[in-house]
Amino acid sequence: MSEVERHSYDVVVIGAGGAGLRAAIEARTRGLRTAVVCKSLFGKAHTVMAEGGIAASMGNVNSQDGWKVHFRDTMRGGKFLNHWRMAELHAKEAPDRVWELESWGALFDRTADGRISQRNFGGHEYPRLAHVGDRTGLELIRTLQQRIVALQQEDEREFGDPEARLKVFQECTVTRLLTVPDAGSEAGNRIAGAFGYWRESGRFTVFDAPAVVLATGGIGKGFKVTSNSWEYTGDGQALALLAGAPLINMEFVQFHPTGMVWPPSVKGILVTESVRGDGGVLLNSEGKRFMFRYIPDVFKEKYAQTPAEGDRWYTDQENNRRPPELLPRDEVARAINSEVKAGRGSPHGGVFLTVVGRMAGGTEEIRRKLPSMYHQFKELADVDITAEAMEVGPTCHYVMGGIAVDPDTAATPGVLGLYAAGEVAGGMHGSNRLGGNSLSDLLVFGRRAGEHAARYAEEIGEARREAAQEQLDAAEAEALAPFAVESAENPYTVHQELQQTMNDLVGIIRREGEMTEALTRLDELKARAAKAGVEGHRQYNPGWHLALDLRNMLLVCECVARSALERQESRGGHTRDDFPAMSAEWRRVVLACSIVDPDAETLSVRLTRGEAVPMRADLLELFERDELTKYLTDAELPGKDG
Amino acid sequence: MTYKADFRIWRGDTDGGELRDFKVEVNEGEVVLDIIHRLQATQAPDLAVRWNCKAGKCGSCSAEINGRPRLLCMTRMSTFAPDEVVTVTPMRTFPVIRDLVTDVSFNYAKARQVPSFTPPEGLKPGEYRMQQVDVERSQEFRKCIECFLCQNTCHVIRDFEDNKAAFSGPRFLMRIAELDMHPLDVADRQKAAQEEHGLGLCNITKCCTDVCPEHIHITDNALIPMKERVADRKYDPLVWLGNKIRRRGSGD
Amino acid sequence: MATGTTGPAGSTGTNAPGRAHIRARHLRTDRWWLSPAVTVTILSAFIVYSTWRAFANDDYFAEPYVSPFYSPCLASECDSMPMSANAPLFGDWWGLSPALLILIFPLGFRLTCYYYRKAYYRGFWASPSACAVPEPRGSYSGETRFPLILQNIHRYFFWFAAVVAVILTWDVLIAFRDEHGAWGHMGLGTLVLLANVLLIWAYTLSCHSCRHIVGGKLKHFSKHPVRYRLWGFVSRLNGRHMELAWASLFGVALADLYVYLVASGAFDDPRFF
Repeated sequence: MSEVERHSYDVVVIGAGGAGLRAAIEARTRGLRTAVVCKSLFGKAHTVMAEGGIAASMGNVNSQDGWKVHFRDTMRGGKFLNHWRMAELHAKEAPDRVWELESWGALFDRTADGRISQRNFGGHEYPRLAHVGDRTGLELIRTLQQRIVALQQEDEREFGDPEARLKVFQECTVTRLLTVPDAGSEAGNRIAGAFGYWRESGRFTVFDAPAVVLATGGIGKGFKVTSNSWEYTGDGQALALLAGAPLINMEFVQFHPTGMVWPPSVKGILVTESVRGDGGVLLNSEGKRFMFRYIPDVFKEKYAQTPAEGDRWYTDQENNRRPPELLPRDEVARAINSEVKAGRGSPHGGVFLTVVGRMAGGTEEIRRKLPSMYHQFKELADVDITAEAMEVGPTCHYVMGGIAVDPDTAATPGVLGLYAAGEVAGGMHGSNRLGGNSLSDLLVFGRRAGEHAARYAEEIGEARREAAQEQLDAAEAEALAPFAVESAENPYTVHQELQQTMNDLVGIIRREGEMTEALTRLDELKARAAKAGVEGHRQYNPGWHLALDLRNMLLVCECVARSALERQESRGGHTRDDFPAMSAEWRRVVLACSIVDPDAETLSVRLTRGEAVPMRADLLELFERDELTKYLTDAELPGKDG
Repeated sequence: MTYKADFRIWRGDTDGGELRDFKVEVNEGEVVLDIIHRLQATQAPDLAVRWNCKAGKCGSCSAEINGRPRLLCMTRMSTFAPDEVVTVTPMRTFPVIRDLVTDVSFNYAKARQVPSFTPPEGLKPGEYRMQQVDVERSQEFRKCIECFLCQNTCHVIRDFEDNKAAFSGPRFLMRIAELDMHPLDVADRQKAAQEEHGLGLCNITKCCTDVCPEHIHITDNALIPMKERVADRKYDPLVWLGNKIRRRGSGD
Repeated sequence: MATGTTGPAGSTGTNAPGRAHIRARHLRTDRWWLSPAVTVTILSAFIVYSTWRAFANDDYFAEPYVSPFYSPCLASECDSMPMSANAPLFGDWWGLSPALLILIFPLGFRLTCYYYRKAYYRGFWASPSACAVPEPRGSYSGETRFPLILQNIHRYFFWFAAVVAVILTWDVLIAFRDEHGAWGHMGLGTLVLLANVLLIWAYTLSCHSCRHIVGGKLKHFSKHPVRYRLWGFVSRLNGRHMELAWASLFGVALADLYVYLVASGAFDDPRFF
């Protein structure tokens, strides 16, 4: 094998979205040499798409807010499947993470007294989302990017080299994690680095590092209608699986209720929830606000029963309940799905979402509060949202499941030295994520992952080792395979069929027969993906890149399908037509996927059942017993036997 | 409505290349990036293009369409007549890598030369107080998605490679304006804008504003106000004198 | 910069080493040349007209109307313009047309105006003619050197232009008196001068330097609410700076033409009352 380029670092962060950048900043601030490796250009990560805001209970708008309320909302939103410790840490630390952004130059919208303004959002009891118009994700990514530049400027002054301790390797894709044997971990190995290729040149590169933070985001590109960008091919999840770390809760996939449905080329692109938070309402083809018919029992007391009460809430939240358009996302997505199925949909198969006449400040206020939505509809769909209704429908948006991690350290239990944060990690959001909780998740657990990866890298000291040559050779052979295939399959075709399969058979509403069918089709697609070949050379070759990404998408899609088939209840982002009820017994079950054999010719995953960690007593006390009975088994309820 | 469109796409790399003709299907509601993707999936699997969000929010798919700098994902096919030839080339100010992909590292190097946000000493996170009217100007500039179309179209570096060393380009001059107008930034940025980042090379011909997909008023709200601030410091003896007197008068 | 260091022609511009090699200098298919061509045509016509009128030194006063080209008259050899802005600061040594003395100021204001700069850099200098259309030259130094570095004194011209605008406003006021000095007159000329002065004011106040001076230079708008409101007002005008620049250019030429026609007897000023 040829000589490959090699880099040695203390911590390698894979992914340059909010979680990855925050982790890198933390590791570098602790003085460690840190690399960030990302598939896109620096600053283009999918985090920029986040619109609504960052949930943090700063209490700037309503002083009754606090971490306990935020914690409760998060657990309710996730239907109590969340790892409570993650939800607790998240609720407690989010405000600090937001304030810190401000000290790095972020400019959030302000309250009248000069503090960070906070907005209402689905599932949040109080106005809680720090935001900048509807482009909060961009603000977050740019702020972190500029913080990294600031750290590099420091290094420039100190060492004469801006990249002395923090370097971004952009447009570089990691295809395998490298490990060395270690008896101290569940998988029997620990991290030695990562193997990847430069997209630009197609050359391979090796990162030697004792600690790796995975922050690669989600899996949306396995589905046909998705708000996710091309990068979301489940890379981190697959890398973790292949290294020996399990994935949990993969059956929980969030379909955002409001994606664009027309024109076809933008189908799936997100319409931010703040449209509803700021007064937008959902209407069916008969012009009815149908959401009032879809308020589930668990939420009956918290939501308005009439449009009049819902409307009053926007101006007087003390004395009115919120409108049901602001129910958690899974509820709204299912409601829209039902309306469309009942034949009350819009011309292009969605429902109507309108802000016309819904804001006191009229057209001017709409354009000021929802600038990028105005822009997006104007430019992409030729629709003026100040005068016309939008057509919206559910779109695959977020995966709640992900790599199993320790709540405090973000370390995977499987592989020593492997950390995960952000969407790629599982547990925090349970069965359904609340809007606004993702950006705060990125920051809270990104920082924790960076901190603990740095500590681990420091502790390991002299014991660090490089991966064996055989691993590098195998990784190289695997990456080059698409060039050697004869009678090649078109990777684009395989990808399209995968997306269609997942959309049709493992989508919003799931049935046993369809999912079994999906697993059969996934097996066929695996065989075809193995034959996916590419034309041309290695230099910036998108066909090749897709052929390599297919492995990851197929693996994670198999995890989704297997877990979804196994879980016989409906909860949050997992709705079974054949098991429509939520089950307290199933709440305690954590489904984990792990790789059967990482070196096999055809990769496959196996499913195991684990048990959820019981919630700490003081946290249980934050809820009314009546509420807990809706989620917990009798045995789990507090005060049962003293 | 579906029709076959004529596309001319530049294919090549640093060693050279040429405009190649393609005939490709176009459906209602599509944008140029959809067509490029259709070409990849059907006729040219190795056609290199950089893209990401496909919603005009990440600024990855910058290129030139019929000679005008545009985002591929925000250029609707309905803006062309069905019999019009659509020519797509990479950005022509930066070195090409392959096909429609260019090396934009110039911009990252320039970003690193702008001193970062400098808050007042001793101000702790959580203690920041700013008024909405004071942050709005900088907020407009922070809408920037860094597509670098303004950098690409700016004739100062597009037509004069030599100026690249001395000129940071509209995007980063705007970044300086953003920080200079940030209510809590305490660094002095005005002289550096002129002396280190080449604000004087800008002749305000507004192409940066014309191509900005975020419709940021780069020239009117960032570059010209910055030129005026520089004039205060460097070219206006009266303002200079006034500041001297006022400083002495206020006793500090 | 010495041209020798930039390498042979063809290695610069969009064909600089490393960039995509595309033979066409530009690939624009729209009528990009239209806008600079219109700019050149109109500005040239104005220059010809105003040069003729400025040197003419005649037919600039028709009681009670004064041509904006000749007000205020700073030389002593002007027509006697009773009640008007005779301000012979220069005494009688000035032998040329008095218009030249005063026109320097509006001319300088427009010459250094941020909008006109764009217009003539594009139209006359082709720097650049249109976006993504290459410049026909080998090196470029922008506004960093003499003479273009002088564009930075635009703010001084703004102040002069404001003074001129005040004087022209005065001229409009006296256009409400008849040839005997009695108030209550209004002819078509009054309206012409009024329209002209309104456009002049709107253009002058919409100036970028004015926007900077009234509030743009501030770091904290919240501490200066009055200036913030002024800045908001000027900003709104500033958004129309281009339109106002052209409208006021036509306005001033037409006002002068009107006075010329009346003064030369080609036309009788219609009186309303």
